[in-house]
Amino acid sequence: MKTITKLRLLVGSFFMLILFVGCKNEAKTEGTTSSTTPTTEEDKERGQAFIEDDESTPNVLQIAIGSPDHTTLVAAVQAADLENVLVNAGPLMVFAPTNEAFAALPEGTVDNLLKPENKDALANILKYHVTPGNYSKDFLKKFKKLGQANDQNVMIVVEGDDVFVGGAKIIGSVKAGNGIVHVVDKVMLPPEE
Amino acid sequence: MKNLNYLICILFGLGITLSSCNNQSQKSNGALSSSAAEKVYVAPGEQDEFYAFLSGGYSGNLTVYGLPSGRLFKEIPVFSQFPTSGYGYSEETKPMLNTSFGFIPWDDLHHPDISQTNGELDGRWIFVNGNNTPRIARVSLSTFETEEIIEVPNSAGNHSSSFITENTEYVVAGTRFSVPVPQRDMPINEYKGNFKGALSFISVAPDNGRMNLEFQVLMPGFNYDLSHPGRGKSHGWFFFTTYNTEEASSLLEVNASQNDKDFIAAVNWKKIEEYVKNGGGTKMPADYAHNVYDEETHTGTSTMKKEVITVDPTKVPGALYFLPTPKSPHGCDVDPTGEYIIGNGKLSADLTVHSFDKMLAAIEGEKFDGDAYGIPILKFEDVLAGVVKSGGLGPLHTEFDEKGNAYTTFFISSEVVKWKVGTWEVIDRKPTYYSVGHLMIPGGNSRKPFGKYVVAMNKITKDRYLPTGPEMEHSAQLYDISGEKMELLLDFPTHGEPHYAAGCPAELLASNSKKIYRLDENKHKYATIGVDDARVERDGNEVHVYMSTIRSHFTPDNIEGVKVGDKVYFHITNHEQDFDVPHGFSIIGQGTSEILVMPGQTKTSLWEPKKVGVWPFYCTDFCSALHQEMQGYVRVSPANSNIDLSWSLGE
Repeated sequence: MKTITKLRLLVGSFFMLILFVGCKNEAKTEGTTSSTTPTTEEDKERGQAFIEDDESTPNVLQIAIGSPDHTTLVAAVQAADLENVLVNAGPLMVFAPTNEAFAALPEGTVDNLLKPENKDALANILKYHVTPGNYSKDFLKKFKKLGQANDQNVMIVVEGDDVFVGGAKIIGSVKAGNGIVHVVDKVMLPPEE
Repeated sequence: MKNLNYLICILFGLGITLSSCNNQSQKSNGALSSSAAEKVYVAPGEQDEFYAFLSGGYSGNLTVYGLPSGRLFKEIPVFSQFPTSGYGYSEETKPMLNTSFGFIPWDDLHHPDISQTNGELDGRWIFVNGNNTPRIARVSLSTFETEEIIEVPNSAGNHSSSFITENTEYVVAGTRFSVPVPQRDMPINEYKGNFKGALSFISVAPDNGRMNLEFQVLMPGFNYDLSHPGRGKSHGWFFFTTYNTEEASSLLEVNASQNDKDFIAAVNWKKIEEYVKNGGGTKMPADYAHNVYDEETHTGTSTMKKEVITVDPTKVPGALYFLPTPKSPHGCDVDPTGEYIIGNGKLSADLTVHSFDKMLAAIEGEKFDGDAYGIPILKFEDVLAGVVKSGGLGPLHTEFDEKGNAYTTFFISSEVVKWKVGTWEVIDRKPTYYSVGHLMIPGGNSRKPFGKYVVAMNKITKDRYLPTGPEMEHSAQLYDISGEKMELLLDFPTHGEPHYAAGCPAELLASNSKKIYRLDENKHKYATIGVDDARVERDGNEVHVYMSTIRSHFTPDNIEGVKVGDKVYFHITNHEQDFDVPHGFSIIGQGTSEILVMPGQTKTSLWEPKKVGVWPFYCTDFCSALHQEMQGYVRVSPANSNIDLSWSLGE
């Protein structure tokens, strides 16, 4: 489980996160009571995702940010403005496709999704990777399907010791302060309705 | 491809960093035009425009705030002992906390609802529910004191409560947990089909507010989560969200989410009321407490009730229907016209809105999709008015303004979303800090909302205030909703855990707020009306001290003849008839709490002296310039001593 080891090693080193937080917190302190007409741009940089907290177990977002295997996922989460959702009390179970999984998508798919005009489509895909819940890989074997945050169901298939969620295999798991991250080897694409 | 992704990420990260720094300067500019501060500033000596009554959750009490200032005015003790006033410790108020489980000094207070006439707030009383040991309480809005508590039998987790019908005919209490009815010893895994969910209809007497449990509808063993009354054209109906229609008894987070849809139960209570009036229903043995506080005797009494009328809904044709509603709906809200019933599907991104007119038509046309335990399930498509697709996550509760807008909280995406009733279009969204539960617009779940402000009550505080260790008060945010877009005005801490709130214009209550109790109307059994009536009497090992207070002494203030092992009842009557001059009473070794006695009121504190000596008592409230002189002594002699009772003042 090379991925897990890497993830765990890097959980504590959130260089980028700290960089964000430092700057954003300043903005928040000044803005909280004095801002008369908050705009969506301002709101984007506030909320639970930007709280400085080095005591709690890292949340699912922090785990993703700390992992070099999930830089594409993190970029996508940021592009879709979903940071605050992922630090919520949840509990949240995130199926986190690796960079390789994103790279395996047809040429240009990711670039296209990261475009501002495709924010909703991107958010829909990402929310399809999130379940309100917190179950270990073993426990997931009890389920036939999960209800995802984008309002669609995803099927669970068990083959021997392996658990597949929406066709993606769980290749590692990291417990988070607000849930659990299951690393998966494929990007799960929501079924067309 | 892989390298490209890294590049995108780095560029993106830089972009965010830069843009957040840009925001900083943007906000600094905003500070120059600080109208948010002006909007919430209530100048010294000025008063707020609205009252807000926030549930205290596990504090067991109700808190009173002013809006827009966010100032806390009072904590009203309801289900919990409260040393500040002596509620639940004084002899007069102990009966208020009596239940069929004995004296229960705590509860989890949830959903406040102000009494209504014709669907509009009338400001007479506010009702709240105890969630844990099921109870409904009525609080007077002239004294701001708890006047009545009725226990709810056959219920457990009294959560879809305490909502009132539009003329305060009933306060309604639905059970969250289904249980065996009547309770009995049986295997848990035989839950399905055997447990029942009781929906209780408690009448409220129009003249004095006295409550009586009229009937309980015994529903299938689902969880009944929240409810609201029909209003206007839908008056006569009551709507309850359900979840766990799977009837699971274990690991509900998995097992209660198997069905794509649960139900909103639509109850035609007028039909059931008529059925019961005509002798319908089954009288069933029960055991529940009814506690009433009398303002004239200043004394609470507890009566155990032994019977309740239960109704099998399948025996009352046309009284009950299920409206399929996706994903374990939580809040159940009805718009001011009474046409729309909103199910806030907490595990969904969407809100499901049902139409009352379509519901009636579907009933008429028998558009049924089977039944559940004999209760017809209406076809989803035939009752659905619309779906609000907001993109938010975890919708919990909705309130309304008077301009046709609705406001919904989203727990997971931590925001309030404003949308248009009828077109379902999203108009605005604002973040909350953090993870909002309930929200409240004064009158926002009635026929006449006052849509100037909305208060968002959050579950999580984290970094909003100066840190106070792991345990913090919850945070609330106040938004101005008078314009098209919501504007965040204020952030303030709340006490306990607010589960819903109720608010009303200040003028509805302020002029009726009582200032003193009239001494000449005091009918307390142990009152000391004239100072000459002050005395001490012995009855076996009980000693009754008839004591009065006036600035700045107790009458009497020296007492002798008390013995170790006695039960000494200090009945303190406050002779002040002046606004805001309470006196307190405390004595060393007092095993209950101090008591705070309002002008004209009598309260009793029990003291059981355990040690020989001369023990002081004093006034706990800084009542006057000579407050520190307001004290006295009780001489306690050995149990076998023969010193006679005596008392004096100034001798």
